[in-house]
Amino acid sequence: MTAAPMTTPSMALGPTTAVALRRANGKRRRNNALIFVAEHSVAIALSIMFLAPIGFLLLTSFMSNDQQLTADMWPRTWHPENYANVFERTPLPSYLLNTVIYAVSATGLMLLASVPAAYALSKLKWRGRTSVFIAIICVMMLPPQVVTVPLYLMWANFGLTGSLWPLILPMLAGDAFSIFLLRQFLVTIPDEYLDAARVDGCGEWRALLKVVLPIAKPGIAAAAMFQFFYCWNDYYGPLLYTSENEGAWTLSLGLASFRSLHHVDWNLATAATMLTLIPVVILFFFAQKAFVQGVTLTGVKG
Amino acid sequence: MSAVLTDTAGGADRTAVGPLGGATRPRRWSAAKLRRRLTVLAFIGPALAGLGFFFVYPLLAAIYFSFNRVDLINPPEWVGLANWKFLFHDLNVRQAVSNTLWFIVVMVPARIVGAIVTAMLLNRVRRGRSTYRTLFYLPALAPPVVATLAFVSLLKPGTGPVNTLLAKVGIEGPLWFSSPDWAKPALVLLALWGIGDLMIIFVAALLDVPTELYEAASLDGAGPWQQFRNVTLPSISPVVLFSAVTGVIATLQYFTQAAVAASVASGDAVTGGGISGTFGYPEGSTFTYPLWLYTVGFRNGLLGYSSVLAVVLFVVAISVTLVLLRRFNAFAGSTR
Repeated sequence: MTAAPMTTPSMALGPTTAVALRRANGKRRRNNALIFVAEHSVAIALSIMFLAPIGFLLLTSFMSNDQQLTADMWPRTWHPENYANVFERTPLPSYLLNTVIYAVSATGLMLLASVPAAYALSKLKWRGRTSVFIAIICVMMLPPQVVTVPLYLMWANFGLTGSLWPLILPMLAGDAFSIFLLRQFLVTIPDEYLDAARVDGCGEWRALLKVVLPIAKPGIAAAAMFQFFYCWNDYYGPLLYTSENEGAWTLSLGLASFRSLHHVDWNLATAATMLTLIPVVILFFFAQKAFVQGVTLTGVKG
Repeated sequence: MSAVLTDTAGGADRTAVGPLGGATRPRRWSAAKLRRRLTVLAFIGPALAGLGFFFVYPLLAAIYFSFNRVDLINPPEWVGLANWKFLFHDLNVRQAVSNTLWFIVVMVPARIVGAIVTAMLLNRVRRGRSTYRTLFYLPALAPPVVATLAFVSLLKPGTGPVNTLLAKVGIEGPLWFSSPDWAKPALVLLALWGIGDLMIIFVAALLDVPTELYEAASLDGAGPWQQFRNVTLPSISPVVLFSAVTGVIATLQYFTQAAVAASVASGDAVTGGGISGTFGYPEGSTFTYPLWLYTVGFRNGLLGYSSVLAVVLFVVAISVTLVLLRRFNAFAGSTR
């Protein structure tokens, strides 16, 4: 960058041009190489820092019981059987099952209600649309703790505390963040597609199913993934509703009190931790593009 | 659009019928209108019902409960302003508020600066950009409980790898999650580790800055810092505002990491129900406002006073949200 202005005057100088030019170019090339090395050194250092905590967990999960709490970072002997042991000696299978039930059913119900809502907020014109959209943004921004007490009492009246139902059933009404994300995606679809469908005699439901859904697949995929991850990671919700009933615990809740509750060693606890992380990473690699698009869509438009 | 089409079609129909048609015209009109409204209602209805059930009702109920003695067994009993008066004598809430404020002042800006710096680095690197982006982003995916467990073991005072490395270069590492002075900074490190989602937002925002502006600035002799100050920052300022507001909102509900770090670092026997016994470890240094709200309501059983804290939290959160909504035109106006 700094060498760039030097080449311009030297070109105007006539006879010495060739030499000066070569020298300047050489300097620029050397500078560029330096910048290249500097940028990549920083980037690689950062990559190591970002990966180190997970790497450390991974290595610990393969350690023997004797080595787990020492200052060693590399396993002296490898113990992949830790992963099998944690399944046998703890309620991990039950945690896993509960988490999958919670995440899958919440995501499915959320989509059923949120996609039409987002369609109404982006593609149908009606009075009060802006107000409803603002209300949805407010709900999205609202800390869940604000409505915790009345909701807990409500679900207690229904006899549903101690289960994950209080977290799944509300998804029948959709989810504020997902509606927002989907709406942001749907407004980017040109109205002309819909008008064409309507002229052809499509009702709004058919227009949604036949025209909008195929175009909106990446947006729907992003919303579904965010919801799935939210449920998979959720700690506050399961803690609130299921803490008294271990049979309904999810992975996040179980992991947090794993060691002391089940007297398992740290290497087994880290194996369980890795098992919680791995599905998320796999899912991310499959749908990375939709995911990144979703993050950008909700953030940049602000 | 479709309404206009149907209406004109109906109108043409009517004129063909003649003067008699005039009588039926309004009814057809409103029938079409009704149909349209029902369609809209079918699309948005569940979401509206949810808004009422899970937002409006509990919000009003929380305000009502804040004037009552409430527990899980007995019906609410009106106590007037008693709960609200207690708010001013509650020493724990003072500590919780100051801890949450500390996180807002330190964690939110740290995350934004960190995200901008990594995003700028990513946009400079040409070779291997997408690999770096994935690597930087990956920790943001880690479930908060997993991330917290990783950091507690990484920063374990005696045998953790960070303090082991520090000892090798002759520095005595702090006690991190076991020290009242270092537990909050350790949580900030954890938050910085999961910076990826914010970074992706800034990567996109930085790419949107017109390159002509940089060219013009560099022709005017602006150095890298001046270019950042006068070109980059003004262009990305809406995104900075957005991330500041969402960051503050997220910090107001900061719960999981503080709860899990305290319970794991304290090493106490904790069960799901008893986990709140270790909240705030060490010495209340990680006791955030939502943790106190939860403890008051679901450990101490004071659901009325817990509702006071909830109403206060709502007022603060909605005020912060209004800052963002004032820019609503930029928000909702992005129709294309």
